[in-house]
Amino acid sequence: MASPSLMDTLFQRTLDDIIKGLRHQQAGESAFISKVVEEIRREIKSTDLHTKSIALQKLTYLNSIYFIDMSWAAFHAIECISSPNFSHKKVGYLAISMSFNESTSVILLITNQLRKDLKSNNEFEVSLALDCLSRIGTADLCRDLTPEVFTLLSSSKVFVRKKAIGVVLRVFGKYPDAVRVCFKRLVECLDGTDPQIVSAVVGVFCELASKDPRSYLPLAPEFYRILVDSRNNWVLIKVLKIFAKLAPLEPRLAKRVVEPICEHMRRTGAKSLMFECIRTVVTSFTDYESAVKLSVAKIRDFLVDDDPNLKYLGLHALSIIAPNHLWAVLENKEVVIKSLSDDDPNVKLESLRLVVAMVSESNVVEICRVLVNYSLKSDPEFCNEILGSILSKCCQNVYEIIVDFDWYVSLLGEMSRIPHCQKGEEIENQLIDIGMRVKDVRPELVRVGRDLLIDPALLGNSFLHRILSAAAWVCGEYVEFSRKPVELVEALLQPRTSLLPPSIRTVYIQSAFKILIFCLHSYLLQRENIADDMASEMLGLKSQGECSGSSALVAGKAPARQEQDEGFNPRDSNKSYEDLSIINEGDVSALLEKGFTHESIVNLLNLIELALGPLSGSPDVEVQERSKNVLGFVDLIKQEISNGFVSERASKIIDMVHDAFTEELGPVSVNAQEKVPIPDGLMLKESLADLDAICGNVQLPSSISFSMGSPFGESVGASVSIPQSKEESEPSSESTSLLAEHRKRHGLYYLPSEKNETLANDYPPANDPKSSDNTNDDAQDLVKLADKSLLPKRRSNHAKPRPVVVKLDEGDVVPFIAKKSDTRDDLLSDAVRDILLGVEKPDLGNPSSRRSKHRSHGKEKSRKSPEKKNSDEIGDGEKEKQKSRHRHGRHKTKQRAEGPLNVAAQTPVIPDFLL
Amino acid sequence: MIKAVMVINTQGKPRLAKFYDFLTVDKQQELIRSVFGVLCSRAENVSNFMEADSIFGPDSRLVYKHYATLYFVFVFDTCENELAVLDLIQVFVETLDKCFRNVCELDIVFNYSKLHTILDEIVFGGQVLETSSAEIMKAVEEISKLEASSNSITLVPKTVSGWRNR
Repeated sequence: MASPSLMDTLFQRTLDDIIKGLRHQQAGESAFISKVVEEIRREIKSTDLHTKSIALQKLTYLNSIYFIDMSWAAFHAIECISSPNFSHKKVGYLAISMSFNESTSVILLITNQLRKDLKSNNEFEVSLALDCLSRIGTADLCRDLTPEVFTLLSSSKVFVRKKAIGVVLRVFGKYPDAVRVCFKRLVECLDGTDPQIVSAVVGVFCELASKDPRSYLPLAPEFYRILVDSRNNWVLIKVLKIFAKLAPLEPRLAKRVVEPICEHMRRTGAKSLMFECIRTVVTSFTDYESAVKLSVAKIRDFLVDDDPNLKYLGLHALSIIAPNHLWAVLENKEVVIKSLSDDDPNVKLESLRLVVAMVSESNVVEICRVLVNYSLKSDPEFCNEILGSILSKCCQNVYEIIVDFDWYVSLLGEMSRIPHCQKGEEIENQLIDIGMRVKDVRPELVRVGRDLLIDPALLGNSFLHRILSAAAWVCGEYVEFSRKPVELVEALLQPRTSLLPPSIRTVYIQSAFKILIFCLHSYLLQRENIADDMASEMLGLKSQGECSGSSALVAGKAPARQEQDEGFNPRDSNKSYEDLSIINEGDVSALLEKGFTHESIVNLLNLIELALGPLSGSPDVEVQERSKNVLGFVDLIKQEISNGFVSERASKIIDMVHDAFTEELGPVSVNAQEKVPIPDGLMLKESLADLDAICGNVQLPSSISFSMGSPFGESVGASVSIPQSKEESEPSSESTSLLAEHRKRHGLYYLPSEKNETLANDYPPANDPKSSDNTNDDAQDLVKLADKSLLPKRRSNHAKPRPVVVKLDEGDVVPFIAKKSDTRDDLLSDAVRDILLGVEKPDLGNPSSRRSKHRSHGKEKSRKSPEKKNSDEIGDGEKEKQKSRHRHGRHKTKQRAEGPLNVAAQTPVIPDFLL
Repeated sequence: MIKAVMVINTQGKPRLAKFYDFLTVDKQQELIRSVFGVLCSRAENVSNFMEADSIFGPDSRLVYKHYATLYFVFVFDTCENELAVLDLIQVFVETLDKCFRNVCELDIVFNYSKLHTILDEIVFGGQVLETSSAEIMKAVEEISKLEASSNSITLVPKTVSGWRNR
């Protein structure tokens, strides 16, 4: 490439020229930038460092403001920092700190230059190098430069020393072994008198302690001294943050610290410090009644302040304290509820959280009613926040606060119809979950599901599809509670279902199939019953069974007709139901009330055939497969029940499929799969390759589309797919027995289903008309409601006890996965512990100095000698260990193994301070 | 720990962007865009906080102040106090005001390097090291002096504007 011409060097544009140029560009900004970048690429190769540095400066500007890549200029930046000229150096360092990262290949080339600048006599050059190291320091850089940083920690210039302290954080993070070198000096800085130094070092300890507080417990006396002595708000805030981490680890420390914190709270006029005190108390000192009372009083001051920031933080503090001290929220409920209609979305969110925190068993119905009304008036985003928080609050601890599940299920139905609702997935999960867990609510669940399914308008809203899928599943699974199954089938197969995605359509088809089986089965039963009745009635008359059968059929026809005429009119469902029962009065069983006649069955079969016919050519495999299955079955049954006879074979098939479908599906523990022991000799992965070859051209039936993404994940998918596989091999009785066997084997993981079927219709109406007209005065209502919830009385209209909610012993808790801490963190905390226990030794040996310090605050009591002896002993023990370690050299694995030992040993290090 | 400092004007153009963890330029641009998207939708006289969890990950906080045509935005984690950082923004702006005598957006546009110098004196590798505007001024003036003297060694100004300014 051509070297830069003289013209380029002579007439190089400065950064200012570029900025001016960019300001004059109205449209062609990007063209201008690419032209400038071209120039820079040329200029930066200049041998003249001045030209180079200006080019680099321009590039850095474009990188930071116009997001132009500058990684290609890494080497030029290094050339700039090696210039003796300060301004070149500065440009170079800025470029490096903006663009270098771990993967920059030339990064190690700067080690020597950094070392040189760290040793420079010019404090500003040192500052540049330190700043650079704090931004881009890698493990290698930090290791190589630790000695220089250590020297700078005792620099006489405050300007340099505070930055050296700052860089220690990066060095420790990247190279934990540096702790052994620098830590002691860092701790000494805590005692310094210069406020800038103390501020810097406390900041570093705040960062360190936030990651691993336990290691810094031995430093508690130092922090305590700063807490009591310092008058610098910035420092006090950091110390409070440290104590918020340390206090939960050591109750004695908390006891000691709580009073000074309260003192600051009473004294200070700075809102930032005040808020930090409040936050510290409400997060880590919730057991200290007087401190909590004081902070709640201060929170109230925040809440009524005109400054929206303080109001927001006040609400935020309330939400931290809510789980432990709900009274604090209830005391401020007016403000909280008023904030629900604040202009500020943050304030609205916080107050929503608090309102939800106030929800309890006794007021859940009313508060949810008001919140749902609020959501109707809110913007879409906040509306979904409201719905989301209602949903998550209500399902907490397996629906702990829900007593009236009929109400809750109808609320879910209602929420689905809110125009902005995007909580489809959550509602879907809860509908299915409740169906599986709460037996008593199934009739209501089917009613809600039906109302959703028959509304053709809902199919157009893609956010509702998942809810519809749950509704379809529920209606299929619990069809026995449906009053008009035929209507359900019609709803499931209505033309607008073509708007559904295939995965949900398959659920629809499967549900329709389940309902069909149920209808056929009822029809069979009904026939048998009639036959039995007739047989017993006409026993003496020697009449022919066939004749009586047909007469019964004629009698049954009328109501069935009527039912079909009514079609989709949901309002009349009760009426026709009553009519039906009057007509069939007395002489038939409950099942017969569904009034299936031969004709209605044939109509049903025809309907299914008509609706599913086109789907058998669907491009979606799953839809195609399922509709083909159903169609095949319909075809078979049709042949078998022609002319009003039901063949032996058909009834057997129907019986069997029905049996499979009536198998109850319970909730499955998330851990269930793990509990299944792998049988001996089972090679899970060995012959997969063979399988691939075998199955190459076979369509594997996937059960995924039927597992509805329920909270139980895979396991439910698996258990749901059992009936499906059954359906595919229907004519054989083998599968039933297989299923039974499977259940017997894994019975442990299903749930025993209690037989307390109490079908009740005496619930109070789900949508209480009382509460639905108070849409207008929401806020006032909520205040009243919260008032109510203060009284421990239970709601009077709980006519029924809470239904049984199936709970798993331990499976409902998401398995706790221990967070694997970074090995680097481990190394760091190990190193800090080693050093600290070593560092503390001189202090323990010479307690008088520390004691005099504390005596000056009049807090120190005389210590018990056995404790001291104990700690001294441990100190000695540490010394021994330390020595032996020296002998063994730096043997990392050994240190790691000793980690827990140190944890156990460190507690006694601070008792002299605590007593 | 401060995670990022941004100065964005009311049209969404970044005037200063400093991220204390390395991020690619694309990511930086994306973050600035999403921050501005939320900022410009916020009314005046609401709180100075913004929910930032969705943009910067859990436990991040964001405070901002709106001065004339500029938003000053600080992003940080749980180790900082929200109100204290708001005060820090005030310190930053006061210092700018002292440096440029009645600072306006143009000063910030044209003094890109000086802006970095000032900010680097306040926030060092993500940690707040200096909160006194007087101390910051002192250091910044020294650095500027040093820069000027090192530049004057170059006897013949080589740049176009250098010629013009003569």
